[in-house]
Amino acid sequence: MEKFILKYFTLIRTLIAILVGMIISVVLIYLISEMPAYSIKQFFLGPLLSKGRFANVIENASPMIFCGVAIAIAFQAKQFNVGAEGALFLSAAVGTAFAVSTNMPTVLHIIMVLVVAGATGAIWGFIPGILKAKWGASELVASLMMNYIAYFGGLYLINSHFRDKDAGFLVSLRLPETAWLPQFVPGTRLHLGILLAVIFAFLGYYFLYRTTLGYEIRTTGNNQKFAKFGGMNIIKVVVLAQVLSGMIAGIGGMTEVMGIHRRFNWQMTPGYGWDGVIVAIIGRNHPLLIIFAALFLSYLRVGGQILNLMADVPSELVLVIQSIIIILITAEAFLSTWKNKITIKEAEKVEVANESIAQ
Amino acid sequence: MSPLLSSIFSTGFAFAILRVMTPLLFPALGVAVSELAGSVNIALEGIMLVSAFFGVIVSAYTGSLFLALIAGIVAGVFMGALLAYFHLKMKADIILGAIALNMFASGITIFLLFLITGDKGSTSSLQSLVFPSIDIPLLKSIPILGEIFSGHNILTYAALLAVPFFYVLMFKTPLGLRIRAVGQNPDAAESVGINVDKIKLYALMLSGLFGALGGLYLSMGYVSWFSRDMTAGRGFIAIAAATLGGNMPVGILLSSLLFGFVNSIAIYIASLNVPSELIQMIPYLVTLIALAVFAMRAQRIKNKSGAIQEHFDPDAVDALVKDVIKAEGDS
Repeated sequence: MEKFILKYFTLIRTLIAILVGMIISVVLIYLISEMPAYSIKQFFLGPLLSKGRFANVIENASPMIFCGVAIAIAFQAKQFNVGAEGALFLSAAVGTAFAVSTNMPTVLHIIMVLVVAGATGAIWGFIPGILKAKWGASELVASLMMNYIAYFGGLYLINSHFRDKDAGFLVSLRLPETAWLPQFVPGTRLHLGILLAVIFAFLGYYFLYRTTLGYEIRTTGNNQKFAKFGGMNIIKVVVLAQVLSGMIAGIGGMTEVMGIHRRFNWQMTPGYGWDGVIVAIIGRNHPLLIIFAALFLSYLRVGGQILNLMADVPSELVLVIQSIIIILITAEAFLSTWKNKITIKEAEKVEVANESIAQ
Repeated sequence: MSPLLSSIFSTGFAFAILRVMTPLLFPALGVAVSELAGSVNIALEGIMLVSAFFGVIVSAYTGSLFLALIAGIVAGVFMGALLAYFHLKMKADIILGAIALNMFASGITIFLLFLITGDKGSTSSLQSLVFPSIDIPLLKSIPILGEIFSGHNILTYAALLAVPFFYVLMFKTPLGLRIRAVGQNPDAAESVGINVDKIKLYALMLSGLFGALGGLYLSMGYVSWFSRDMTAGRGFIAIAAATLGGNMPVGILLSSLLFGFVNSIAIYIASLNVPSELIQMIPYLVTLIALAVFAMRAQRIKNKSGAIQEHFDPDAVDALVKDVIKAEGDS
């Protein structure tokens, strides 16, 4: 048992953090709801009990997976890039502009639009990457600024050049049907982008854990000096991590446009980049775990919306809970005494065993 | 003259710049304190929001401006201390901890807003107070200057006074010296007997204090109510302003003025039906370029003076030694 705990300590810790968050949410609902049992049922079971809502959970998880994998690649290289938000927004705007101004057969069109969006995101990742790698400029501040530049740039592009003047509200022209990602379950908005998100999570996993470049990224993140003395090109590794991060976020943004609304309709940033940070933390920067983390976060969100709609508890409960979960997961001191105790116990056991063998 | 130019060259426009600048200048000073202590605080967004909220609620329920001020400040300082606790005691990464705090602030204020007023949008149903605007005698009667600089909210003057206060605090007091020493070289600071964690805690609490004043101004001066997520990214713009200002008081004042200027222009331009997005983009672009230029310059200086410089700043060590000698003389 102790060995099992030590081996999977980080995973167990994450699950305990989530459990604590859930317990707090139950307590909060009890404190404020007039009908706590009903509210709690709506919150936890609501997202699972109807086809439409369950589809919502999966739909919303898609951009979170993209952004989570994007952020995870940067975080694995210890690059605090919070630029997924900007990369996603601008890439979706540029991709939309490209899609409405070109004419191609469908599969080719889809691929080309995604390439354009991915390239936009890659450039967006390259700038803070090169500034950090070559001159040590804070990638956090740089990527924050890039988020704003992307936001205003994207809005300018759509509102001034590709706006649908007949739509009555601020949205882009509709994408030509050749650039639509097909929706495949009638009555829901489940679209091909979700499969792409999962594919990118697997690619991200393969890249980080099965290729030399991925190894270099992780090594650089763990110990930059060691990586340097080991002969790795730190500048290349840092820039590459950021470029890939931007590219994946960019593709994720474009699939949202191509799969759901089929036009660019964001006037505010959708916040998926920050969700990406959350799921990267919950998923411990592991692309495959991020799939589950995104589904979990999306489940919480949909549960929160249902709570808001059906019961008397505001959906912002979820924001409170997710911040508590994140703090507990990122706080290295959380449960560390427990771990130490188990480690000592294990060591003593081994010692006793050794002594008995010696006798 | 075109309508745009005549607007820009009016005293009303200059007045607006100071007004728009206030909720940027306070948090920018807050960011700078934390930067100088070596623990960058990106939770100003959440700190301002919580202070803005508690200021309005307390003023509505007690009718006392003083209590509202205290409540807002306590809330902001508490948030700063909370970040320090996560970072220093719970060993959470300070950036991730701050992201969580920002989320927490957004959630908890809307949550409480709903519980108190039954409305998730704003506190417009509450009778909350605002900080008074004051006319400056003499200055008021000077043409042009009076129209620009007189009649502002008291917190706008407080923000302007916070700039010299920041200078004195950080560069002329033992606490400021310790904060900068900890930021420049925590190991050296530790070796001369400074409690690094304690100083970082103080710096983050100070950062919370500045953020709190910015938040109070937003909900009790700039407008007279609290609305959800009303900081609207000002906590992040503050990071830009602090970076652009090189974390120095005058620099921060100028960069906050620039952001205030551009945001005011954007408001005017939007009313003329001209796309304002590109104008609004400018300060972020300037900050990005400044960030790059600062970094390149720092790199060049470092390369020139050799590797030792990396962890050794003679000024800081000098200041530390003087500080310690003085402290010993006192005891």
